This record gives sequence, structure tokens and C-alpha cells, in this order.
Amino acid sequence: MISDKLDKIIKNFGTYIAAIKEEKGERTILVKPEAHKELLRFLRYDEEMSYDMLIDLCGVDYLGENPRFEVVYLLRSMRDGDRLRVKVRLNGEDEIETVSDLWRAADWLERETYDMFGIRFRNHPDLRRILLSDDFSGHPLRKDFPAEGFDFDKPFEVKLEEEI
Amino acid sequence: MGVDIERNIVVTSIEKLVNWGRKYSVWPLTFGLACCALEFIVAGSATIDMARFGSEVARPSPRQADLMLVAGTLTKKMAPMVKRIYEQMAEPKWVIAFGSCACTGGIFKSYNVVQGVDQIIPVDVYVPGCPPRPESFLTALIKLQEKIEKETVKERKLITAP
Repeated sequence: MISDKLDKIIKNFGTYIAAIKEEKGERTILVKPEAHKELLRFLRYDEEMSYDMLIDLCGVDYLGENPRFEVVYLLRSMRDGDRLRVKVRLNGEDEIETVSDLWRAADWLERETYDMFGIRFRNHPDLRRILLSDDFSGHPLRKDFPAEGFDFDKPFEVKLEEEI
Repeated sequence: MGVDIERNIVVTSIEKLVNWGRKYSVWPLTFGLACCALEFIVAGSATIDMARFGSEVARPSPRQADLMLVAGTLTKKMAPMVKRIYEQMAEPKWVIAFGSCACTGGIFKSYNVVQGVDQIIPVDVYVPGCPPRPESFLTALIKLQEKIEKETVKERKLITAP
């Protein structure tokens, strides 16, 4: 059944798929950034696919490589009970189209990815930091971010809400 | 039947009387930030019983509390709330930094943790330990009582952090 799904994905998006990997029963599709939104919309709404649940969305920082950032989508079909992993390498820039209109769950997950990696999601309804404070500088899960932060040696100045 | 005046009157200064009263009625604010808060809870239990030192009335409201017990890791996101609550407390007020994280940041040499609550509010007593035993809280309370005993009306603490 899952192989039928994969065949249909290859038939529709063959030119945009960079690789399909399978390891220990887990399937991963590496898609090119120019078609990732169309592929994800197809996976979400196509009758045969029906990947209607976004389990997780996260970023990866491959420092030193080009392209540097990767976004990973973990999908699940509630009807068939199978899972699919979709990866997309960002094309040089750190910007990619949002999928928060496909899955509501993507809203906060994309905010978290933006907060931690600085990957901006185009057309996101409310893209701002979710875990760190609004006046924080830098994106901590980037590999070139020091674990102590940039201004570790300076005394911490607390700002009340009305002062920010 | 005459009243024995000499045996029923104690002469003292108002300062000593006030400090004596304050010393034995330190009401802590329940302010647990992380795992150290559990030690504070145990300090109120029957085995440790901080009520013996007049400090059992843990208040949920800063307006009614005298002692802010910062128990646990203070993240930078939480720091404005700590400062706000400290400033909402009525004078006189004291602060105990309970645990390594509250004292210095502890093991979290990290971008998201304040390296000691004394960076944002003045601290009276530091209790190291990860976490400190509940008995340590009693020690800190007794140290604080000694400090309150020596306070004078003229010299008041700073209201906000220097």
C-alpha cells in the first residue's frame, strides 16, 4: 500500500524529487525547494495519500555545507496509519514557504523553527519568537551560536513588559 | 493584692521589639521555579516543620509575603516576572536564593539562564546545593532571622537592585 503511494508520488513529482530513502521501514523523500509546497499539499489533500497529521516540523543546520539549512516534515496518515518523512534543503537563502495553511499544527512548529534556526517561513500568519524573549539576539540551535550566548560576560539586564 | 510592677515590665527599644516581631513571622512567598521547590515543600512538612520558626504561612500573593524564596533555575524569559513579583512585595522584604541555579546559574552555563538571581534582585541569603536539603532552608531561615535582628530603622534595604 505504501509502495503504491510512493509510485504515485514519483509519477506526479518525479522531476522534483532528489532522492527516496528507505531504512528500517522508514521512508524519506528528499524534495527540491521549488516544489515542496505542491508536494506537501498533494500529500495532505490527495484522496489516496491523506497524510492529514503533521507530527513534527523541525530544522537542521549543516554548517559548512551549501545549502546550509534543511527543514524536515514528519507526516502521518490517520486513515492508513503509515508515516512519511519529507526533507527539503533550502536553496541558499534561509527562507521557505509556510505550510501552516495545510496543517494548523505547523503554525507554532514553524515559529519554533524560526526561533531556533532563523529560518523564515514566507506567508506565515504570525512569525515571531515562541520560546525565547522577543529581544533575544541570535538563533541558539545554529551550529555557530556559542552555547553561552553572545553577551554571557555582561550583567543581565531584565526588562519588564512595558519597557520592551 | 498589689501588682508586682518590676517583674512584669521589660524595658527595650522599639527597634528591637519590631525586629523581634518581624523575625518570628517571616511569611514566605511560594515561588518554585524548578526542582528545588520540592525541597521547600518538604520544609513545610511534619519532619522538618519550618512552622517552628514562625514561617509556615506560605502566601500565594506577593502583597502578603515578606520573604521571596527563589527556588530553582531562573530562565531569562522568567526574569521579568520575578522582578515584577519582587517589586509588588511590600516592604520589608527579603530574598533567599535557594539552590545552585538561583545562586550562580548552577550547571546551566547557557544562553537562556540568568547566572544568579542577584543580577536582577538583591539577595540576602544564598543556599548552595543541587538541590539543597530541606534542613538547609531552615539554616537559611535562621541566618535571615539573625540578619533581621540586626537591622535598624534608619538603614533600610534598597528597594530595587543596584
